Amino acid sequence: MDVLATALPALGDAIALVLHPQQLMYLMAGVLLGLSIGVLPGLGGIAGLALVLPFMYGMEQVAGLALMVGLVAVIPTSDTFSSVLLGIPGSSASQATVLDGFPLAKQGHAARALSAAFASSLFGGLFGAVILTCFIFVARPLILAFGVPEMLMITVLGMSMVAILAGRVPMKGIVAAGLGLMAGTVGSAPAGGSLRMSTYDIPYLVDGFQLVIVGLGIYAIPEIVSLLRQDKPIAGTSALGEGWLQGIRDWWSNRWLSVRCAAIGVVVGVIPGLGGSVVDWIAYGSAVQTAKDRSQFGSGDIRGVVAPESSNNAKEGGGLVPTLIFGIPGSGSMAVFLGGLALLGLSPGPQMVRNNLDITYTIVWSLALANVFGAGLCILLSNQIAKLTRIRFTLLAPYLFMLIAFAAFQSRQSLGDLAALLGIGALGILLRRFEYSRPAFLIGFVLSNQSEIFVNQAFQIASSRFRRSMEAGLDYIFSPLAIALLILTVISIVVGIRASKNIRENIDVHTGTKLAPAVFLACITLYMVVAVIDAATISRMGDKVFPLAIGLVTLAGCVALLARMARRPASDEAFVDLEAGGEDSAAPHGLWRTLVWFLFLLILSSLFGFIIAAAIFLLAFFRLRGRLGWPVIGLYSAAGIAFILFLAWVLGRNFPPGLLQSYTDLPWPFN
Amino acid sequence: MGKCLDIRRGLTAIAMTAALVFPVSAAAQSLEGKTVEWVIPFSESGGSAAWANFFAPLLSEALPGNPVVVVRYRPGGGSTTGANWFQENQGSGDGTLVFGTSGSTQFPYLLGDPRVRYEYKDWKVVLASGTGGVVYLPPDLGARYDGDFDDLKDEFFLYGSQGATTLDLVPLLAFKMLGLQVDPVFGVEGRGDGRLMFERGEANIDYQTSSAYLSNVQPLVDQGLAVPAFSWGALDETGAIVRDPTFPDMPSFKEVCEATEGCETSGTAWDAWKAFFVSGFAAQKMLYLPGSASDEMVAIYTKAFSDVKARPDFAEISAEALGIYPQGVGDAAIEANAQAITISPEAKQFVLDWLKEDYDVTLE
Repeated sequence: MDVLATALPALGDAIALVLHPQQLMYLMAGVLLGLSIGVLPGLGGIAGLALVLPFMYGMEQVAGLALMVGLVAVIPTSDTFSSVLLGIPGSSASQATVLDGFPLAKQGHAARALSAAFASSLFGGLFGAVILTCFIFVARPLILAFGVPEMLMITVLGMSMVAILAGRVPMKGIVAAGLGLMAGTVGSAPAGGSLRMSTYDIPYLVDGFQLVIVGLGIYAIPEIVSLLRQDKPIAGTSALGEGWLQGIRDWWSNRWLSVRCAAIGVVVGVIPGLGGSVVDWIAYGSAVQTAKDRSQFGSGDIRGVVAPESSNNAKEGGGLVPTLIFGIPGSGSMAVFLGGLALLGLSPGPQMVRNNLDITYTIVWSLALANVFGAGLCILLSNQIAKLTRIRFTLLAPYLFMLIAFAAFQSRQSLGDLAALLGIGALGILLRRFEYSRPAFLIGFVLSNQSEIFVNQAFQIASSRFRRSMEAGLDYIFSPLAIALLILTVISIVVGIRASKNIRENIDVHTGTKLAPAVFLACITLYMVVAVIDAATISRMGDKVFPLAIGLVTLAGCVALLARMARRPASDEAFVDLEAGGEDSAAPHGLWRTLVWFLFLLILSSLFGFIIAAAIFLLAFFRLRGRLGWPVIGLYSAAGIAFILFLAWVLGRNFPPGLLQSYTDLPWPFN
Repeated sequence: MGKCLDIRRGLTAIAMTAALVFPVSAAAQSLEGKTVEWVIPFSESGGSAAWANFFAPLLSEALPGNPVVVVRYRPGGGSTTGANWFQENQGSGDGTLVFGTSGSTQFPYLLGDPRVRYEYKDWKVVLASGTGGVVYLPPDLGARYDGDFDDLKDEFFLYGSQGATTLDLVPLLAFKMLGLQVDPVFGVEGRGDGRLMFERGEANIDYQTSSAYLSNVQPLVDQGLAVPAFSWGALDETGAIVRDPTFPDMPSFKEVCEATEGCETSGTAWDAWKAFFVSGFAAQKMLYLPGSASDEMVAIYTKAFSDVKARPDFAEISAEALGIYPQGVGDAAIEANAQAITISPEAKQFVLDWLKEDYDVTLE
């Protein structure tokens, strides 16, 4: 009763905060942005959030939350467009929708598939918001029971999810997660400040890598480069046909399936780290298993659309549960979302749920409203949005490059930001090419800092308790809650490894020669060796243990993988190389030639400052890569520069200065 | 054409002569149409950002010509990156650049951190804002505390700390001087997390800065879940430590130290504690003009901040945003600045040795 007495008024306060014209405006802005990002194939929540993150600085809390939640919530709604119309998943959350959605579109029922999908998305999203509300009700009184050992166990539980993300070769998942963990330890140690893989001569490294840059580098850059290489319009046709009402009736007649899949979505979302890339497959599998007539699945059964779409929106509500209550990200995009909350001055976790309950509930309301707006807009504007899929990606990419560079620079306002972005982007491209799980890398990176802190703290507190008495120490470490979490972790690893066989980003195995994958792995191994030696030379015990232990485990994984490579033939799954076959290898433009364009932008920036560089870059790109006429080039470039100037002016931001700026004194925006 | 150029040259010459001959008047020092950049070496979330954003609009109103005042953030390196950047921009003394520091900027400077390439003595101070802090205990230990810590010396204390070289240096040194057996748990990400550790019963001693104490710990005290022990105190005009005006009923650390056996309020340890207390609390946040700023520009800023302080509503709005603490301008700022950036070589060595010995922390 007491719980309700505090929670209900907060729920009311929260809706009053959200239903403010300004907040609604930000929410709509987030929804529109999310719609556009979702429509573009490949770009999902992580890339979208990483793009808006730098602009969170100094925003009003509720407004910033509305923007971010709006964006995250509608991506699983709008990504349906490219899944259904093109047969390419708009983001990892709607891969399963392709199986039945695309055949329906080919039969001329695109509108029916889309409206069934939107109705399911709407329902799933609202279901997720309701469950999130209940979780916060229930969890609030329990929060003080979660001490450092319990938090550590939750983090470990999150990391165990890497097992399910690992894909074809589990060892690769371990290496990717280990690499992410080690990337997170670069810089000064959280406890004692000892330097790891960095020196005071390069001040940039001392602070470690920023999440924005890692998110953009690992996710956005590889996807943009890959799309850019194809150089074709994303879709051929955008005829939707009729059947809008039929689709909604389809959803209603399958409402219990929708409820079941939404519940699956929430549960999968709640488990930290699991995230979006699997939830749609699990829901689809469940729909097929329980259906009486399975003959139509795969060739246009509407249930194959309802099931994944109900679950992928629901998972956002579920994913917010660990994120808000414990400050432990539920998925890759939630990891970036956490970064955004920190920039808004909110520290998610027990403190926020207890003391800022109204702010916490604005997130819930924003989630619900964004789902309503998102589904509504998708239906109303479906013809216009479908046209977005016909834009030549070559015309869009330079803007994205420019925006990413600008966004990355805001993190530390140093050219080091741009260099780090390029370096991590190259790493992301290679991880993608050789099929190392990028979500596993990101989860490792995000959880690195907090697991190290929790390990150190739990160790210190426990040893202090043990000094008092054996019993006090054991009680502290082996609390019932910690043991329960430990059991959950073991279960999740076992289940995860079993399930991972059915989940993969690319269906076909393309292998080339042994050389390229072996060289890449050898480079990772070499880095690990250096990092382990570096960690071993640290004198302070507390700063040394974590990178040393993780480094050794990862190194063991690398060696095991190298041994497998030596034994097996070049056609083994360990040698997967996307350049050896499939869509990437058939692309008209080379991988590195495309990345060089981005390098070109960065070098120009370091010479002439960002604005002059961006202008030259846009002109050159549209001319050489886009092969447009000069008047159009001028128009497009001017529009791009005007947009970025407007953005910087509104937000009061500076542009990266170059060599030119250190010798001259130019007026804004050239300074 | 030639004639026209000649006339222009002539006019330019006259204008230049005039500029040389006539002394710079107050009117010429108006910052009208300019943009003042208030740079802080921290990110957008945190106390310094709140402090800068509180003063920025007020400063804009008070400066002659009402320039736009924008707050810019240059985080990194525990605030040394931004301070090093300011050191390189000492030439921008025309009043369009000011730099705000915090205790986290002063401490590395006092300790001789290798990242420090800035020199406070080159800068010209215009504002010094203080704060305070309160140490509190759980109720069972609070019952055994009677104004001194003599009865608590055999207790094992656990304290959630952000790190030995952060502002937590002040409480850690204070605990050592009181002879307490305190195990710091390092790596806590802010005082809020430290308090949470206390609430969960993992830590059994904690401190919060004044505003955080009032909003987050006072409710615990009212419910009987925490007992305040002492405040750090505050500096009076003569530079002596007195009771904190925000918490007049609590003893200051100086009183508790005097009452506790083995704790001295003179000597190297005390000098070191006081230097870091002033730098981290009593004069925590300071605002500087670059070294090339004219005395007149310093006077303009000093007057502007005096005007801000003289606003009828200042007490009310500043108490809400910053707590009830002295905002020193003019001579008060100069005195606070001098104390905040000075430490005797013996006191510095004492702290470095203590950090190395007790926590294995070195600054290399």
